[in-house]
Amino acid sequence: MNFDVSNLYAATAEIFVAIMILMVMLVTAFARDIARGLAYSLAQLTLIIAAFITFFTLDAEAKSEFAFNNMFVHDLAGSILKLMVYLSMMVALIYGRGYLADRKIERPEYYLLALLTTLGMMVMITANHLLVLYVGLEMMSLSLYALVAFDRDAVRSTEAGMKYFVLGALASGLLLYGMSMIYGATGSLELSVVKQAVPGADSAVLLFGLVFLVAGVSFKLGVAPFHMWVPDVYQGSPTAVTLILSSAPKLAAFAMAMRLLGGALPDLAEHWQTMLMLVVVASIVLGNFAALAQRNIKRMLAYSGISHMGFMLMGLLSGDGMGYSSAMFYAIAYALMTLAAFGMVVLLSREGFEAENIEDFKGLNRRNSWFALLMLFVMFSMAGIPFFVGFFAKFSVLQAVIQAGHLWIAVLAVLMSLIGAFYYLRVVKFMYFDEPADSAPLNASGELLVMLSINGVAIALLGLMPGTLMQWCEGAMKVTFAAAVGG
Amino acid sequence: MEFSTFVFYFFAAVLVVAGLRVITARNPVHAALFLVLAFFSAGGIWLLLSAEFLAITLVMVYVGAVMVLFLFVVMMLDIDFARLREGFWKYLPLGAVIGALLAIEMGLVLMKGFGGKEVAAAAATITNVTEPIECSNNICELGRVLYTEYAYPFELAALVLLVAMVAAVSLTLRRRSGKYAEKYISPEAQIAARSEDRMILVKMASEKEEPEEPAAGAQPGKAGQ
Repeated sequence: MNFDVSNLYAATAEIFVAIMILMVMLVTAFARDIARGLAYSLAQLTLIIAAFITFFTLDAEAKSEFAFNNMFVHDLAGSILKLMVYLSMMVALIYGRGYLADRKIERPEYYLLALLTTLGMMVMITANHLLVLYVGLEMMSLSLYALVAFDRDAVRSTEAGMKYFVLGALASGLLLYGMSMIYGATGSLELSVVKQAVPGADSAVLLFGLVFLVAGVSFKLGVAPFHMWVPDVYQGSPTAVTLILSSAPKLAAFAMAMRLLGGALPDLAEHWQTMLMLVVVASIVLGNFAALAQRNIKRMLAYSGISHMGFMLMGLLSGDGMGYSSAMFYAIAYALMTLAAFGMVVLLSREGFEAENIEDFKGLNRRNSWFALLMLFVMFSMAGIPFFVGFFAKFSVLQAVIQAGHLWIAVLAVLMSLIGAFYYLRVVKFMYFDEPADSAPLNASGELLVMLSINGVAIALLGLMPGTLMQWCEGAMKVTFAAAVGG
Repeated sequence: MEFSTFVFYFFAAVLVVAGLRVITARNPVHAALFLVLAFFSAGGIWLLLSAEFLAITLVMVYVGAVMVLFLFVVMMLDIDFARLREGFWKYLPLGAVIGALLAIEMGLVLMKGFGGKEVAAAAATITNVTEPIECSNNICELGRVLYTEYAYPFELAALVLLVAMVAAVSLTLRRRSGKYAEKYISPEAQIAARSEDRMILVKMASEKEEPEEPAAGAQPGKAGQ
C-alpha cells in the first residue's frame, strides 16, 4: 500500500483551505491591531480562491473520480455543493462583520472558526468513507459549537452553545453507533464497498444501524423529532453566527444524507424512506404550527427552517435521480433565502438594539422601501408564492414525491405550506400596513447593503429562471448515482 | 469454550458493568474511577485482538493522563451533589418509559440479528486484501496504514484537534485590560512600594466612642494608592 502524490490534486481546494487556515492563525497572532481586518480579508480571499479552484476542476461530463484509497470522491454534485458552501459563507461573513463589530465581539478567531467549519463541510461533501465523513462532521460541528458561544459574556449565547454541544455530542454518538453497526454487518467503512456488501449482509444488524444513522442525520439537519435544539440555538447565538448556522451546514448535511442513504444504502431504501416519511410529516406539521405562535423572528425563522428541511427530505422519498436533484435544488434555494432573511435581521439591528421581534419590522416600508421590498421577496419565496425561487423548490420536491406515489404527503405538505403562508405574510403586513415603531435610520456598511440587495434580487431572478440551476442539480445527480451503480 | 473466549466475555462483562456505573454513580469521583476501569477492560479486549500497542496507549493516555487530570478537576471543583440530583425523580418516569421502549426495540431487532450468520462474511469476498505487510510488530503495522491508507483522515484529525485548540482559546482567553485588569499585579510595582506611599498617619484628638455606628471602627484610617 503506497501513497500516491497524484491523490493530492483531487483535494486541491481542501488542501488550500487548510493551509490558509494555518496562515490566518499565524498572521493574526502577530498582527495585533489590524488582526480583525486582516483575518476578515484573508478569510474572504480564501473562499474566493477556493471557489476558483473548485470551479476550474469542475468537470460536468466526467464520471466520479476517487482519491486517497477511495476515501475522497470528486464529482459534479460535490463541486456544486462546495461552491454553494463558499458562497453562503462569504455572504454570511459580509453580513455578520458589522454586527460583531457593533457588539465589540469581533475577534479574529471568528473568521478562523468560520474557515474551519467550511473545511469540515467540504470534507463531508466529498467523503466516500464513513470515517472521513465523521471526521468532517466533527470538524464542522465543533467549530459551530464554539461559534454559537462566541459572545462569551452573554448568558444566552453560552447557554445556547452548551445546549448545542451536549445535544450535538449525543447525536454524534448515535451516528457513530450506527456506523459501527454498518461496519459490523458489511465489514467495510468505504461507502461504495458498503453498497456492494449490503445485499449479502445480515439485514437485522444493518437495519439496527440504519435507525441510528437516520437519527444522526436528522439531528444535523434539525428536523422533527430531533429539532429541540434549533429554536434555542438560533435565538441564543449572535445573529452573525445564526447566519452561518442556518445556511451552509444544511448543504453539508444534505450531502451527508445523500452519500449515506442514497449512495451507500440504496438497497435499504424502503426502510429509510419509511423512517424519513415520519420525519418529513412531523417536521412540516410541527415547524409550521410552532412558527405561527412565535413573536421572535429568529425563533420563527428557526421553526420555518425545520419545516423547510422537512420539505427538502421529501425529495429523498422518491429515491430516484429526480428526487435527489430536487432536494439539492431545495437545499440551495433554502440557503439563499435564509441568508437573506437573517441578513435583514442584522440590517435592522444596531449597537445596543437587537431587531428580534417581528414587531421590529413594523413600517419598514416607510423607513426604507427598497429593503422592505427585498424582505417581501424573501417572505414570498419562503412561503412558496409563485415566481420566486422557493416556489420552484417546493414545486420540484412535490413533483418528486407524487411520482414516488405518496400523494397524501404532497397534499399534507401543500396544506401545511398554506398555514405557513400566514406567518410569512404577517411580516409583510407589518412592513407595509403598520406604523413604524422605531424611526431610527438604517445604518449599515455599504458592503452589507450591496450584498443584501444582490441576495434579494437573486431570489427573485432565480425564481424567474430556475432552469440553469435545476439542470446543474440534475446533471450532478446523474453523474453521482451513475458512478455509484458502476462501482 | 476456549480460554480466550472466556477472557473476552470476562472483560466484556466488566466493561459493560463499568460503563453502566459511569452513568449511574452519584459521585463524580466514583464515575471517573469506573471510567478508568472501563478503559482497562477495553485495553484488555484489545490485547486479546493482539493490538498491544493500542491497548498500552489507551491505558497510558486515557488512564494515565486524561482521567488523572479529570479527577483533579472533579476534586478541586466544589460540586453541589444535592443540586446534581435535583429533578432526578421528576424526570425518571418519562426517562424510564423511553429507555425501556428503546431497550425492548433494540432487543427485538437484535434477537433476529447476530444469530447464526457469519458477520462480515459478505464483505470478505469483496474487500480486496492488501499486499501482505512484512511487519511483525504492532506499531509498524499501525504506522504503515496510518501514513498511507489513512493519510487523509489522519491529517483531518489533526485539524480537528486544531479546532479544539482554537475554540478553547477563543472562549477563554482574556487580555488583561478593562475590568479584568485589576487581577493583574506587577511584581516590580509591589517591590517598589514603600509604607509612606500607602499609609498616612493622622493625628487627632481622642473621642468618646459613639455606639450608633459599630462597624465604622473596622475602617482603617485612610488607605489607597
